[in-house]
Amino acid sequence: MSQAETAPQAGTVHTRGPVDQHDPARPRNPLWTLGLLRSEITTMLRRHRTFALLGVLAAVPVLIGIAVRIETGGGGGGSGGPDGGAGPAFLAQVTNNGLFLVFAALAATLPVFLPMAVGVVAGDAVAGEASSGTLRYLLVAPAGRTRLLLVKYASVLAFCLVATLVVAASALAVGALLFPVGEVTTISGTRISFGEGLVRAALTALVVAVSLTGFAALGLFVSTLTGSGIGAMAATVGLLITVQILDSIPQLSGVHPYLFSHYWISFADVLREPVHWDDLIKNFQLQGLYVTVFCSAAWARFTAKDITA
Amino acid sequence: MTTTGTGGSAGACAARAGAGAASGGAGTASTPGASGSAHASGGADAARATGTAGAAGAEETGPVVIRTRGLTKRYRGGQLAVDGLDLTVPGGSVFGFLGPNGSGKTTTIRMLMGLIDPTSGTAEVLGRPMPGAARTVLPEVGALIEGPALYGFLNGRDNLLRYDRADPTADPRTRRARVDEALARVGLAAASGKKAKAYSLGMKQRLGLAAALLRPRRLLVLDEPTNGLDPQGMREIRSLVRELAAEGTTVFLSSHLLDEIEQVCTHAAVMARGRLIVQGPVADLAAGARGRLAVTTPDPGDAARILREQGLTGLSADGDRLTADAPPAAVDLADLNAALVSGGVRVRFFGVERGSLEDAFVALTGEGFDVAG
Repeated sequence: MSQAETAPQAGTVHTRGPVDQHDPARPRNPLWTLGLLRSEITTMLRRHRTFALLGVLAAVPVLIGIAVRIETGGGGGGSGGPDGGAGPAFLAQVTNNGLFLVFAALAATLPVFLPMAVGVVAGDAVAGEASSGTLRYLLVAPAGRTRLLLVKYASVLAFCLVATLVVAASALAVGALLFPVGEVTTISGTRISFGEGLVRAALTALVVAVSLTGFAALGLFVSTLTGSGIGAMAATVGLLITVQILDSIPQLSGVHPYLFSHYWISFADVLREPVHWDDLIKNFQLQGLYVTVFCSAAWARFTAKDITA
Repeated sequence: MTTTGTGGSAGACAARAGAGAASGGAGTASTPGASGSAHASGGADAARATGTAGAAGAEETGPVVIRTRGLTKRYRGGQLAVDGLDLTVPGGSVFGFLGPNGSGKTTTIRMLMGLIDPTSGTAEVLGRPMPGAARTVLPEVGALIEGPALYGFLNGRDNLLRYDRADPTADPRTRRARVDEALARVGLAAASGKKAKAYSLGMKQRLGLAAALLRPRRLLVLDEPTNGLDPQGMREIRSLVRELAAEGTTVFLSSHLLDEIEQVCTHAAVMARGRLIVQGPVADLAAGARGRLAVTTPDPGDAARILREQGLTGLSADGDRLTADAPPAAVDLADLNAALVSGGVRVRFFGVERGSLEDAFVALTGEGFDVAG
């Protein structure tokens, strides 16, 4: 940078100065939050880690599909009607209809893989910025603490949706490639068209994504507690495993309805005819409770926190 | 405020007038006369000549950009990081913030930027309270705090775009142009497409500076901006700071490099162990350490005798080099030199060596730059 080079630029800065200086008083662009949100989501998606997580999630349906294909030798195997609505039951249906791979893959990834990926992204949301030091520059920009937290949570929600859709899309592609597709037999035994089945599959993916919102809020809260990205990710995933274990101990049935993962498997009810909403609504209410409690806690913590990293 | 100024009144006055001229040159509305006639508003100890003259002068020369009153931060462990800080940064100044490691400089800067809540006391930046008015104040403040922090997986330009998007008051229509301008200004235009993790420390430092320059700012807070830069880079940063100051931007510069402060700053403050030791125009502070008259001659004995006859004190000889306390302003150096020559002393070198900020600093802090325990 030479003097000759900088001098004219200095001039342009100066002439624009007075105009720009009134900025803070000027009415804000109503889209200002979207600008940061866009930046946040694209930044998140450009991390290698996000690619790796989505890659693993996309690989799960491929593995399931290939395993089922090898196991049944490609022929139309067991066509026993699923009655329990439990995850693995969908596997039997896959050989008859590739669309069922979507449900089977979601059922396989929902207990561990999906929430783990969400836990990594949510746990890292604030703590990762703190440990890399970028948080202080975002805050003096000034991003605003409440606004930044909202944007962070929104981008974690976007990741929940993207992750679920990646599983569903990969499963749909693999299912259509390896198995026949056609009319869908619901859990209730009735048959619906393939198009209707696709809609149900999309709805299922959406329900799964919503199921993750409570856990995402929990991860965001943990993320505001520490300045270490790795620590926050580990704590969030640790909480997930703890809750899964608690949910599997029958003696603790009293607390089960309050565990965020308890109603996760209710997404299978989307495949009933008509859709069986009871557990789905309980799931949504529980997620809403978790989101309210932990987003409030995260806000209270983050807006009062000393940023020393 | 604990002040230990040692400046003679004549020296301080002259220095103050000089500082007024310097800040006038930096684009403020001050006049040397107004600054020269500045008088301290409170306190009665002689030490205020260096201690508060700058603050009082600043109130007359223009708006105060940073003002803290009793600013205190005690961390949860009970450690008192900043203790009753009363800091005044006059508008248009290049303000050097000095202190040993661990003296509370960074904690102060973080409180000024609203990153840390003070335990007690108040801070005003650009006339508005912090952290309360952060949303209106910070868009007009560019900051480089404790080194740059970048997204390694993004290239230089995308890093700046991200920081600019974080500012809700930044105009998205001029965003790309402003980013390019900032990159060019710190000499990174050619490397802007490279991933930030491939940057050297100096390049990261430049990118951090570019982020602070994304918009025209009224105040720039630069925490050790030349860290990690090569000598060439340091010179560029210094010239950039001068250039920005000439445009009217107030620059608050923390550094541990005394000659850096002396070269670019008009004002300075010194912290030690969480307390403010002294603040004021650099020339005043440096004047606190009085200059020395130095004579180089093959006849040091005769020279010492003649100088003593002329009323000089504090003589000391080292080989053919003789030094003494600088004479009062009333004494013409030419007469001294003539006395030496007419006394048969052969003079190789003759002149007054000005007191440096470093001398003043050592005089103020005693032990110098030891890390506070």
